[in-house]
Amino acid sequence: MSDAGSHRPAVSCRGLHKKYGDVVAVAGLDLEIRAGECFGLLGPNGAGKTTTIEILEGLLEPDAGDVEVLGLRWGRDDRALRQKLGIQLQDTQLSDKLCVDEVVRLFRSFYHQGPDVDAVLAMVELESKRRARVSSLSGGQKQRLAIALALVNDPELLFLDEPTTGLDPQSRRQLWALLQTFRSRGGTIVITTHYMDEAEVLCDRVAIIDQGRVIAIGAPRDLVASLGPDHPNATLEDVFVAHTGRHLRDD
Amino acid sequence: MTRHVRHPLVELTWTRVREFVREPEAVFWVIVFPIALALALGIGFRSNASEPVYAGVLDGAGSAGILSSIAADPSIRARLVSEADAERALRNGDVHVIVVPGEPPTYRYDPARPESRLARLAVDAALQRAAGRTDRFAAREQPVQVLGSRYIDWLIPGLVGMNIMGTGMWSIGYAIVYARTRKLLKRLAATPMSRAQFLLAQILARLVFLVVEVGALLVFAYAVFSVTSRGPLALVAAVCVLGALAFGGLSLAAASRAQTIEAVSGWMNAIMMPMWILSGVFFSAAHFPAFAQPFIRALPLTALNDALRAVMLDGASVAAIAREVVTLGVWTVVSFAFALKAFRWR
Repeated sequence: MSDAGSHRPAVSCRGLHKKYGDVVAVAGLDLEIRAGECFGLLGPNGAGKTTTIEILEGLLEPDAGDVEVLGLRWGRDDRALRQKLGIQLQDTQLSDKLCVDEVVRLFRSFYHQGPDVDAVLAMVELESKRRARVSSLSGGQKQRLAIALALVNDPELLFLDEPTTGLDPQSRRQLWALLQTFRSRGGTIVITTHYMDEAEVLCDRVAIIDQGRVIAIGAPRDLVASLGPDHPNATLEDVFVAHTGRHLRDD
Repeated sequence: MTRHVRHPLVELTWTRVREFVREPEAVFWVIVFPIALALALGIGFRSNASEPVYAGVLDGAGSAGILSSIAADPSIRARLVSEADAERALRNGDVHVIVVPGEPPTYRYDPARPESRLARLAVDAALQRAAGRTDRFAAREQPVQVLGSRYIDWLIPGLVGMNIMGTGMWSIGYAIVYARTRKLLKRLAATPMSRAQFLLAQILARLVFLVVEVGALLVFAYAVFSVTSRGPLALVAAVCVLGALAFGGLSLAAASRAQTIEAVSGWMNAIMMPMWILSGVFFSAAHFPAFAQPFIRALPLTALNDALRAVMLDGASVAAIAREVVTLGVWTVVSFAFALKAFRWR
């Protein structure tokens, strides 16, 4: 991982718009994510987090707006950009019939550089499962495998879309530790979540998104402090409520 | 443990092969189905030469005399039928002709059925002889039992072709749509993987199975029916590979945008159905009218079957099957290009 690019932002986008038919998913979104930080996109289901991150990942084309990732542009530098990114998507189901090491080896073959299969499995603590079929893995193990696939190329920038949804508390903490190791080595992370505690533990800064717009942005602590001295025990949840009058998670 | 990173095309191909061989049911049907079909058809058509014709004689005045007259010809099996039964027996093929006694007798038969026309001729000859007609000469007969000119010899190349089409279409089409519904294609599209290589790997993996499925069918046909190829086996193999490429491309095209297994099944049936009927698997495509022939010949299964038969039955050279080879090549390139352009990764 190099810090050569630490002067330019890892991601910058301006005026992002995306509609699905009549439904507006992203309505004029600006972001600037610094190299080396862990940046959280926080918001309720349907806020536009996944649409936003998929535009940044080059999987969706925005209707309007300008995106630059690691100083490169989608549509022009795709191959070069894909070599530098690690991506985990929501609900990818890998082939049940394959063994863990086979899946990792397949994904590793797409990249010019990166650690070998054993090293990747060691990172996500799946060495003991290397010959296990994907179908036999637990939810937490499958999610760690998904992260392993995002790390096979030693990426500069890691995109994670709700990586801990549906995991038990222990698996979540395991994943957090893994992401903190990645950060400590200089990597940049963009993560979406609707768990406030996750954002508070992992993220240097968060953008709270609602109805396709950024309604607040900053370090979790600063955002909480902005509610004023009357809220000494406030959380990001309270920040969201203060801005929208609604709760982050209705469930 | 390998530190060595293999080429993505190799990894993608082996991944597909692994997924397939770990699906025991799929392997079973790919190999067993064509063999079972060949066995059933081979037995059904085995003894064409000694197959008798079946005649019914309508019960009534004079029927006994007619029965005994017909009995003089050992190739005719005759029995009495009642008026109530006659129509049903004829329709079901229990009898191929019905003789109504009279002066002269009446033949009831279906001229659209070859066996019915045959039975009418045989019965007529037997009755004419019994009535006193004499033959001017007795022709010498030379029954054809030569290996290479039986129905089974003609059928096997057609089954090979049909199998290359069927398993190629289903195995690739299902795998693609399955991966799409599981969002695996979207995940792959998020890597720098070459999309053309991914599609190519699906076809290359097919070639691995092809050795097994075509090999099993040909070995079976040789062992049980002594079916051999007059042309070199290398050319048979080359034609099979070409066929697999064409149907690989077609199945990628059929699966290029389908979002559900139901949708891709519909597309594949729509593509394959005309060829099952028109491309001469079980009976010659020459039966169809002349104006349809150019269209029929342009179908990939027709080209594959024609080329296989030319090589296996006539020992044709590469030059002699050039038109079929070009037809298959065009289908491969056009369908692959279409699939690559139209392919939906999410």
